[in-house]
Amino acid sequence: MDFLTIIQVLDSSIRLATPLLLACLAGLYSERAGIFDIGLEGKMLAAAFFAGAIAFVTANVWLGLLAGIGASMALSLLHGVASITFRGNQLISGVAINFLAAGLTVLIAQSWFSQGGRTPSLMGGGRFDPLTLPFAEALEPVPFLGPIYAELISGHSILVYIAFAMVPLTWWILFRTRFGLRLRAVGENPAAVDTAGVSVVGLRFAAVAICGILCGIAGAYLSTALQAGFVKDMTAGRGFIALAALIFAKWRPWYALYACLLFGFLGAIALRYQNIDLGAFVVPVQFMNALPYILTVVILAGFVGKAIPPRAGGEPYVKER
Amino acid sequence: MDRMPAWADAVLVPLISLLLAAVLSALVIVAIGEDPWEAVKLMVTGALGSTYGWGYTLYYTTNFIFTGLAVSVAFHARLFNIGGEGQAMLGGLGVAIVCLYFPWPHWTIALLFATLSAGLFGALWAWLPAYLQAARGSHIVITTIMFNFIASALLNYVLVHVMRPPGSMDPATATFPEATHLPTLHEMLAPFGIAFSKSAPANVTLLIAIAACIAVWALIWRTKLGYEIRAFGHSESAAKYAGINPVRITVIAMLISGGLAGLMALNTTMGEAERLILNATEGAGFIGIAVALMGRSHPVGVAMAALLFGFLYQGGAELALWMSIPRELIVVIQALVILFTGALDNMVRMPLERVFMAFRKDA
Repeated sequence: MDFLTIIQVLDSSIRLATPLLLACLAGLYSERAGIFDIGLEGKMLAAAFFAGAIAFVTANVWLGLLAGIGASMALSLLHGVASITFRGNQLISGVAINFLAAGLTVLIAQSWFSQGGRTPSLMGGGRFDPLTLPFAEALEPVPFLGPIYAELISGHSILVYIAFAMVPLTWWILFRTRFGLRLRAVGENPAAVDTAGVSVVGLRFAAVAICGILCGIAGAYLSTALQAGFVKDMTAGRGFIALAALIFAKWRPWYALYACLLFGFLGAIALRYQNIDLGAFVVPVQFMNALPYILTVVILAGFVGKAIPPRAGGEPYVKER
Repeated sequence: MDRMPAWADAVLVPLISLLLAAVLSALVIVAIGEDPWEAVKLMVTGALGSTYGWGYTLYYTTNFIFTGLAVSVAFHARLFNIGGEGQAMLGGLGVAIVCLYFPWPHWTIALLFATLSAGLFGALWAWLPAYLQAARGSHIVITTIMFNFIASALLNYVLVHVMRPPGSMDPATATFPEATHLPTLHEMLAPFGIAFSKSAPANVTLLIAIAACIAVWALIWRTKLGYEIRAFGHSESAAKYAGINPVRITVIAMLISGGLAGLMALNTTMGEAERLILNATEGAGFIGIAVALMGRSHPVGVAMAALLFGFLYQGGAELALWMSIPRELIVVIQALVILFTGALDNMVRMPLERVFMAFRKDA
């Protein structure tokens, strides 16, 4: 494997890690506030469709992004109403949202575009173009560092940079602001937050809304940056890999970045090499695809450090009367 | 004090939820520019208007009974098994191994061993998530989701690299030998002089599904183990205090659940395809969630909900064929049923409880 191939695989890793990272951080806000969310997949899917559809109709990718965020927020709100207002089962609500998105996106896509559940291909202003960072072309001839800067760091769409910037921002919000402290507290001990006179319901809705925004960006990235247009079931389990990454990261932002980069890297390897021949035996592509899930089970089993979720996660808060 | 009579809880709440789901589905059909009444008529004639339609409806029903029972048994122990899909895939592997690698003299013996094997494979796939939940506290919902993906990758590998016959491009096993062919409803009803469609896939597995309903009912409400499972589901601490071992109950409940999900493969793999194909489960494992929620985790309810979803599935296929409504409409209906009967249960229940309380005061 030569240097340029390594750069290309890493470049592909970054592009594949971006939607995972956004969805993973989305889940981080929600679960840190005590709302389990296995509906990340559905929210991303809905966002991917509406972003693709609106970007095609208006030929403006920014309107597409807004539509994607809107669709994802709507499903978030549904999740909030079900699990916060009506104190329903958060897991069941998440399952319902995944199916709702899987069904509705194809249904609406067929009704609007009649292309078998996909949007037409996006062109020109309907897509996020890669950004070329300053001096990328000038620095390219520099040995070693030049290609790294020009190929690996430069040349991604703006959503990639937003995703990576979200990591320190999320860390700062959660661990350096009053809102973040309260958000974490509401996931550990909502009664204490309530006693302090802060609204548990308000905080949880805020967390679920942030989750919706981030899932919306993740979905929009899929259909308007990573690919050109929406295809049926295009999230392909990414929401669940993001969930796995969240557990892998033990609900912490910086570790979420590492976990998503790792899973993105695994995806890039599987995409490029199919079956990997190690001489003595061949690693099948199916194993590479399953590796994120296997690693998550190992982590969950507590053999490599225990993953302890927020304590009040999954439980509706009932105010004492 | 009960706020509502038992019949209202068991019948009224699911019916109102179903009604809400139906109204919203009708609105969806209107929104995509089709006539919901026309769609309903087409679904009824397509799914119930001929023995061909019934054959498909009952075929799907059989699948959903198994997966619905699987989710129900886990629900009784307050475990949420989303892994029915993966467990059913592994069940298919168990069926395929039994049917392909052993010479069977008669289908009855083949069916017996295929049943054992499918149940065993499904149960084994549920064992690790169950053990991890019980002994190490890893959340069963997450582990069973992960196991679905691992099962799908495993099956993909086995079908592409191990069990695919030489020369075939299709990721599927060879066709099972003739001796393992299960009688279809057509063949079963013909001796009684009842004409049933020849091409419909419903088969003898339907009877196993009905037997499974009775067995689950007896297990949950008529045995010590069932009592322990329910006690554990109602209150873990009380169950512990009564001397019930939580690890044991969690693992046993999940083994039964996984085994039931695995049995679904009898219907799809041995009964219909007669070979193991890549996507034999077709999401039936997830429909089990909707079926169990609607059926209130009771075998009678599960059987009725499974029939409803069997009807929706076959009717949905007809819609996709004759009107420009994609099959995904069924996924939407399924989502709405899960939403209303599962997550938004309180939204239906709270006003209803108030109504009943008001009546009670007058009395």
